[in-house]
This record gives sequence, structure tokens and C-alpha cells, in this order.
Amino acid sequence: MVLVALLLSPFVLAWTLLAGTSVIALLATARFMMPNVLIEPPRKFKIGPASDYDLGTVATKLVAQFGVWIVHTDQYRGKNLIYALASVCTHLGCTPSWLAGEQKFKCPCHGSGFYITGINFEGPAPRPLERVGIRLSEDGMLEVDKSIKFQEEMGQWIDPASYYEVVG
Amino acid sequence: MDPHPDLTPEVIRGLGWLYLLLAAMNALWTWREVKRHVSAGSIAGWAVFTTLLFLVGVAHVTGGAEPEQFLIRMPEWFKSRVDQLAKPTTYFTGSLLLFVAVIWLREWLVKPTVAWVLLNLAVLFMCLSLTDYDFRQIVGKPDNVPIVSMLFIVGFFTWLYFRRAVDNDQRIAAGRPLFEQEDNDKILVWPDLVYTEMICMIALTAILVVWGVVLQAPLEDPASAVRTPNPSKAPWYFLGLQEMLVYYDPWMAGVVLPSIILVGLMALPYIDFNKKGNGYYTFNERKFSIITFLFGFIPLWIGLIILGTFLRGPNWNFFGIYEFWDVHKLENLNNVNLSELVWVDTLKQPLPVASAGASEWQKILAILLRESVGLVLVAVYLFVLPPLMAMTIFRRFFVRMGFLRYMVFANLVLFMACLPIKMVLRWAFRLKYIVAIPEWFFNI
Ligand code: FES
Repeated sequence: MVLVALLLSPFVLAWTLLAGTSVIALLATARFMMPNVLIEPPRKFKIGPASDYDLGTVATKLVAQFGVWIVHTDQYRGKNLIYALASVCTHLGCTPSWLAGEQKFKCPCHGSGFYITGINFEGPAPRPLERVGIRLSEDGMLEVDKSIKFQEEMGQWIDPASYYEVVG
Repeated sequence: MDPHPDLTPEVIRGLGWLYLLLAAMNALWTWREVKRHVSAGSIAGWAVFTTLLFLVGVAHVTGGAEPEQFLIRMPEWFKSRVDQLAKPTTYFTGSLLLFVAVIWLREWLVKPTVAWVLLNLAVLFMCLSLTDYDFRQIVGKPDNVPIVSMLFIVGFFTWLYFRRAVDNDQRIAAGRPLFEQEDNDKILVWPDLVYTEMICMIALTAILVVWGVVLQAPLEDPASAVRTPNPSKAPWYFLGLQEMLVYYDPWMAGVVLPSIILVGLMALPYIDFNKKGNGYYTFNERKFSIITFLFGFIPLWIGLIILGTFLRGPNWNFFGIYEFWDVHKLENLNNVNLSELVWVDTLKQPLPVASAGASEWQKILAILLRESVGLVLVAVYLFVLPPLMAMTIFRRFFVRMGFLRYMVFANLVLFMACLPIKMVLRWAFRLKYIVAIPEWFFNI
């Protein structure tokens, strides 16, 4: 009897109601973390055969849709490589632009600069641009996999999954 | 289409109105001089100056047919000279010198005539500079117009402070009562105060309405995570932070230093032990606090906002005020970490790295060894300097403050100093990071 009276007292009731509404509000907020539609480009995509990418060039055509540059260069450790660099500045995440004339990536936000290899050399960026996975798929096309990242300062660029070596 | 549409008749007419405004202001000033019965010569001088301005203004406004004839332009040699000098180093040294000069010459600067001449010079400088295409592009951007007016407002309020402070300092020196005590005739809330407030309210609303109608919002393309406009600028009040990010790692410039600024400002009343200067303006009685505050506010905050707004262009390169914003401007900004300077340049050996099969501990040790010089320097800066300062320059402060308060104070001062220090190191030695451990996202 006493217990019921206590439970029904305005004080307990009010606090229970408040707690209940707060929890619901919190859950409703948490719901926003899972959007109904998510328009995200696929993490894995084909970028055509290796012959599409000339030596010494940076292909910028995929930046707008997928956020990667396809680089074909022999300047990194003297090997003839094609690799995909994520177009995210390692300083604060702006998108640098490739300046073909100066042969460098230059970030508009605080002026970081990266060589064609992705190595940082000017401005505040503390580490090189990140590579994402690339491989030659069975049908002879290059396939980029953005779900894996390779960081130079961690010594991950020696991983064969981070580049495609052009032979011949 | 002409990529550089130079002075159009509208621009010239606008300039004409600016000259006319200045002429009207000077007419009022001449009237004030007449009422004050100053010497006839100076009254005549102001009158002639006003008439000249008036004529120039009228010529600009009415000469629509052949505007180029009347035009008074900023001379080219001056523009190229200014652009040559425009570098972060000259800008920062210049603003420091100006800061010192303002404090040094305060008794002279607070004279109304001096201030009036300076204001005239500033407006004339604006008028002349506006004849330059690139200057107009930067200053006339809808985002930047309010910042230009902010410059004048900051200048005015700093001047007002110094005027009151110098006045009171002279009163104190002469043993006269303070301005605030002498001039404390009470007035009524109703109607005096409420009326003033209402007039301010109406005036401000009017300004906002005009501003909203005249200057269109600078909207850009829809936002996209993979496209960054070039240059990409933070809102004006954050440009100081953005400039800080050029010298520091994001977590330092974006998290640590801003939090210290906020907490430090809150801590000020508890650190301050000087009971003087309470409720009245003064400079001499609070020299240290005022110089420190003004240093943080004017060269480091306002100065960096100006730098970010008007002088940083595409790729965050530095541009002179009359310089074309060339996306391909080449600046040699290669910079190196302290560890490379020490190991590679001085000791002539490669950076220490753990061998291929090394254990985690060996890797950590290798990193610490690589960065040892920087780590020691930072430790000295943060732990050795405070006691050192307590024994030397801040001796008096330490005695008055006690250990804890002094430590908080010394650390705040050191953190404030670390921005200019890093800037100077970057410019002088191309130094990127003092401690650079990208492996742990730890860079100082
Ligand atoms: S985000 Fe690229 S330099 Fe800061």
C-alpha cells in the first residue's frame, strides 16, 4: 500500500515521466545516425586498364566522384608504379588541387604541398597523402579499393596491394 | 570579355561620393576649428583641403562622359613597391612595430587633430587604392566590406581607450581627480538612457537593413566533400585560427591553443593581483596587463584576421594588396622538421629508424631518439622557463602571486608566445615541426 502510494506520488511520477521522455528523445537523436538513404559511391570500383594512365601523369577525373587521384610515376624509389592517392589533405582534410605545371598537389586551405609521389614537402601537413588499395583484377582492369589505406610513415607503401607495378 | 574590367563609370561615381563624404566630414571639422578659435592659418588650411576634396568629389561624380580624365589614381610605382614588400615577415614585423609605436607615441596620438589627420589619410588611402582592380576585388567582396569597416571601428575604439587612459594618467600625475570621478553627474534612466538606447536600436536596424539589401550574400556552389574552393577561407572571426593552422598541427592549432585562449581569458581575473585601474581608464597603472592584452588582441588576433582576409590568396599563398591572385604563383615554401635539421644536416647521418624486425619497444625508442632534441627543447620551454622567469623578469610577480597562480600565469604567457615563436622559426629556418611524430599524430 505504502509502496503504491509512493510510486504514485507526484514527485516520482514527474521524474519518471521526465526520464522516459529524455530517453525517447535521446533514442530519436540516435536514429539520425542511421540515415534512410545514403548516397555513397561504392568503395571498390574499376578504373579501366593500366594503359589509360600515361607515365608521369596524375589523373584527376575520379576526384569529383570517388575522391582519388590515379598517379603513374617512376619517381617513388625508381619503380614504375600506378597507385591511387586519396584526395584528402593530411593536415585538416581539404581537397588539394593537382598543379600540373608545378608538378605538385597544393592544398588551398593552409598551403600544404605534396610531390607527385604524395610526399609532403611544404606547408603544415605532417605526413604524406594516403594511398588506397589498387590491384589488377581478373578482367585486366585496375580496381581501386578505398576501404584499405596505406600510410607511408607507417611503412605501408611497400605493401604490394598499395600499388600496381607496370612491367615492360 | 575583358578579364580586368578597369574603372567603370560606376566605380568612379562611387569614389566621388566617398570623396564628398570626406569633404563633408572635413567641413564639420573646419567648423569645429572655427568655434575653437584656433589660428587663422590652420583654419584656412582645413578650409582649402575641404574645398579641394569637394572639387575632386564633384569632378568624379559629374564627369561621367570622360571619367578617365579626372581620375586620381594610386601611382604604379607605389603599388609595385608595396607588392614587393608584401611578405608574411614584413607584415608581421610591421604590425609589431606599429604596435610598439602606438604605445610609445600614445600621448601624441590621442590629440584630436592627429587622429583626424590619420583618419583622413586612411580614407584617402582607401580612395586611391580603390582605383586598383585587384585591390577592389579583395576589398569589395561582400564578405570583406564589413571587415573594412571593422578596421576603422577597432582603430577608433583603441584610440578612444588611449585618449581616456592618457587623460587619467595625466590627472593622476598632477594629483587631480580622475575623469570618472569629476564627471559623474547622474542622469535619469528615463528619458536620457532609454532614448539613447532607442536611437541606437533604430540606427543599427537601419544599418542592418541597408547592408542586407545592398550587399548580396556571397553564396557559392553547393557544398561537396571532394571540392574545396581555392582559396578556402574560414569565417572572418576564425581567420586567426586558420593562420595558426599554417604553423601548427591541427590538434595544436585547432584544439589545444583555442582552449587555452578561452580558459586563459576566463582565468584572467584570478591571476590579476593589481588592484589599480578598477572602474576607470588608465595605462600607466596597469602597463603589463594592458600591453599583454593588446599584444594578443591587435597583432595576433586582428592582425591575423587582416592577413587572412586581404593578403592570403589561392593556395594560401601570400599576395600584396595590389597583386593579381594568380593560382600559379610559385613560392618556395619547402620546410623541414627539426629532427632532419639535427640528424641529417648537422650530424650528417640518416634519421634513426628501428630495424626491420624490431619489437614495438625498439620502434618507440627509435622514434623518441629521433625526436629527442625537439622533445628536450619543448620540455625546457615548458618546465625550465617558468622557474627561470620567476627568478628574473617576473620576480616581483612571483612574490605577489604565489606558486600556483604564478605557474598558471607563466604557462599562459608561454603558450601565447608560442605562436609568434613558431612563425619566426618557420620563416627564419624553414622549420616545420619541432617534434614530429606523425606515427602518433603528435606534432608540435
Ligand atoms: S587542410 Fe590542407 S593544408 Fe590544411
